[in-house]
Amino acid sequence: MDIYIAIIVTLVGAASPILIAALGELVVEKAGVLNLGVEGMMLVGAIAGFAGQYYTGNPYFALLCGAFAGAATSLIFGFLTLSLSANQTATGLALTIFGTGFSALAGAPFSARPIELMRPLFPLELATHPILRVIFGYAAPVYFSFIMVFAVWYFLKKTRAGLILRAVGENDLSAHSIGYSVIGVRYAAVLFGGAMAGIAGACFPLLLTPQWAERMTAGRGWIAVALVVFASWRPFRLLAGAYLFGLVMTMELYAKAGGGPLSVIPSELWAALPYLATIVVLVLISIRRDASSNAPACLGRPFLPSN
Amino acid sequence: MPLRLQLTGITKRFPGVLANDNVTFSVKPGEIHALLGENGAGKSTLVKMIYGIMQPDAGEIAWDGEPVVVASPKAARKLGVGMVFQHFSLFEALTVLENIALGMDAKIPARELEARIRAVMSQYGLLLDPHRTVATLSVGERQRIEIVRALLLDPKLLIMDEPTSVLTPQEVEQLFTVLRTLAAQGCSILYISHKLHEIKALCDTATILRGGRLVDTCDPKQETSRSMAEKMIGAGLKDIVRQPGRSMGLPKLVVSRLSTRKAGHFDVAVDSVSLTVRAGEIFGIAGVAGNGQNALLDALSGEIISDDKDAITIDGYPLGLLDTTGRRKYGLCAVPEERNGHAAVGDFTLSDNSVLTARDRLGMVVLGLINSGAAKTYTGKVIADFAVKALGPGSTAGSLSGGNLQKYIMGREILQKPSVLVVSQPTWGVDAGAAAAIHQALVDLAAAGSAIVVISQDLDELLALCDTLAVINLGRLSGARPVGEVSVEEIGLLMGGVHGTTEARDAVSA
Repeated sequence: MDIYIAIIVTLVGAASPILIAALGELVVEKAGVLNLGVEGMMLVGAIAGFAGQYYTGNPYFALLCGAFAGAATSLIFGFLTLSLSANQTATGLALTIFGTGFSALAGAPFSARPIELMRPLFPLELATHPILRVIFGYAAPVYFSFIMVFAVWYFLKKTRAGLILRAVGENDLSAHSIGYSVIGVRYAAVLFGGAMAGIAGACFPLLLTPQWAERMTAGRGWIAVALVVFASWRPFRLLAGAYLFGLVMTMELYAKAGGGPLSVIPSELWAALPYLATIVVLVLISIRRDASSNAPACLGRPFLPSN
Repeated sequence: MPLRLQLTGITKRFPGVLANDNVTFSVKPGEIHALLGENGAGKSTLVKMIYGIMQPDAGEIAWDGEPVVVASPKAARKLGVGMVFQHFSLFEALTVLENIALGMDAKIPARELEARIRAVMSQYGLLLDPHRTVATLSVGERQRIEIVRALLLDPKLLIMDEPTSVLTPQEVEQLFTVLRTLAAQGCSILYISHKLHEIKALCDTATILRGGRLVDTCDPKQETSRSMAEKMIGAGLKDIVRQPGRSMGLPKLVVSRLSTRKAGHFDVAVDSVSLTVRAGEIFGIAGVAGNGQNALLDALSGEIISDDKDAITIDGYPLGLLDTTGRRKYGLCAVPEERNGHAAVGDFTLSDNSVLTARDRLGMVVLGLINSGAAKTYTGKVIADFAVKALGPGSTAGSLSGGNLQKYIMGREILQKPSVLVVSQPTWGVDAGAAAAIHQALVDLAAAGSAIVVISQDLDELLALCDTLAVINLGRLSGARPVGEVSVEEIGLLMGGVHGTTEARDAVSA
């Protein structure tokens, strides 16, 4: 029993940052922009969050630092791809390389200086029973990720602003001709995606390892990007996908620790599973036409109104 | 009653061009007013200024007798100007309702908007399910969305930019009914087109533009199509010149029992089509859109390869099993209906587009390398001979207007001197002057001994151009008849759906 509770709690912790970053990327892609720099923005968010916690000891301020740092990083991407119409794929990759290097540089003075982990949101007494621990045992970002799933779904499906955002991602030239600001909407989406990636990055030092380590997000940003396609741009599928990936990552940890039947499969294979699963799902989606048709039609294409 | 719209001395200059030069005309309430002119005559620019997309350099716009400045499309909509564009600004993945909501300036709750949409749809007979995704709709249905969107604003002036260029004849009739109803209720309509018979059928007044200037304002019901066309192009319309005493040669293209398989749910397959075209003959295939014309063109060009090698022969040589490249080598060239993306690659230069279809026939590829000099020379010749308005062989196909691209594509195939040429909609969306040039080129090619198949929905075009005529209906071809011996009524009957070759023959002879 306790092992299952432990697995659930671990997987929720592992899945939440991915879910937060992926929700941001989903909104960005729905606006027709492909930002592959999620990993880079997460790393910048991670170091900003770490520094915020280190200097103030206020984890909420630290998350805010992460959000601002992520948004600021995404602004570089936005300026290059939206204002200067640079290639989005190349710029996104460059942003990841930039974020990796920048966070390593900024993080160097903090090495071997531990911070305090973020405490659970609810009083500990509520989470004494194992079942209650599954519900009440997490820090605020976990609950934030749940709320954001609903918020993003509601925004995209039910609000006029969400409709305009989808329209911009679907047919930028038409949206422009009707009179919507394509670039404006896309900047807003990119900034939102950056802030979400920054929060997701800040979760790593605040929730998982209370120390600065270079590349501490360990490729989770890439999983977030893959998840968006995996979920065919639907927020609730994103939730399911993030937990599935979280489960596999938890399995990897247990397999590494040499825990019982899981160690039959080498931990390296567990580590590779999310990526294998992504490839399989992408193939399945491209076979099933109706699912892939949910992709925003203008995804990754620069907006050039003069043509 | 004051005039709904009065333009006085409107002038608009672009770098190097005077798009509108001192244009003055007016539209009365409830009037259907045609704006007529060739491609590049300045119709679109003029309309863009009325709709607030552009501002005039000089001149005055008055609305209901009051001078106004139309600063933006939003301001235009506020005045009561609605516009239906030639190219729809629709979002394929969104529903009809969402598309209309996006085009509304006011924020209306979805349920209220849906009720209003349903009311407008039933009032004008524009039936559509508001919850259907646009991607599943036909072109005519998509246009209805644009019209409903414009009508929801209770416009006092509705601008229609070449609305029928994509519609089937039935859809055109439905559209005209809607427009007449609107006009009867007092809404003015500014109708942009160069289809003269439509203007004669629909409009009360016609304003004709040429080279940015107003040439004439006339009553289209008093004019002939020919007189209006001559005003449009500013010269006597050239008749097709045929060499006298021309006789047909031996059978060149022989198609026997050619069939295709249905490719998709909405596809109409070709069903056992047989025809014979002699050297020097122009063979016309009439029919309402969506009766298998596309499949027939693909089956003839080689995009769909037949199972039977003898289904298509040229001079007795079987081509049925060959693909497009193989058939081109044997002299069969084809021009599909869709110009951009099918007949030409929009992002490629004209020169590269020439290489795509003329490489083998004109030796533009040597040992796998493109001879760009030959391609440029040939493209330059096409541009010169067919009066294509393009900067040169280096312009991209996508930068040309529809009519100019069509002239280029027709020229590219005709100058290859194919022994058989199959064309679909050769003058679709092309102005009268260019259409006459294309027709003459086809006649000249036939006179030089080629066999030509013209698939078109424009019956006037086929009657003027062809020697022999057949009708395609639900993928089956009626018997062929010499043009001089068949009446428009008989063809109309066949187009309306008297199926099968034998029945069709009976219907024609009856």
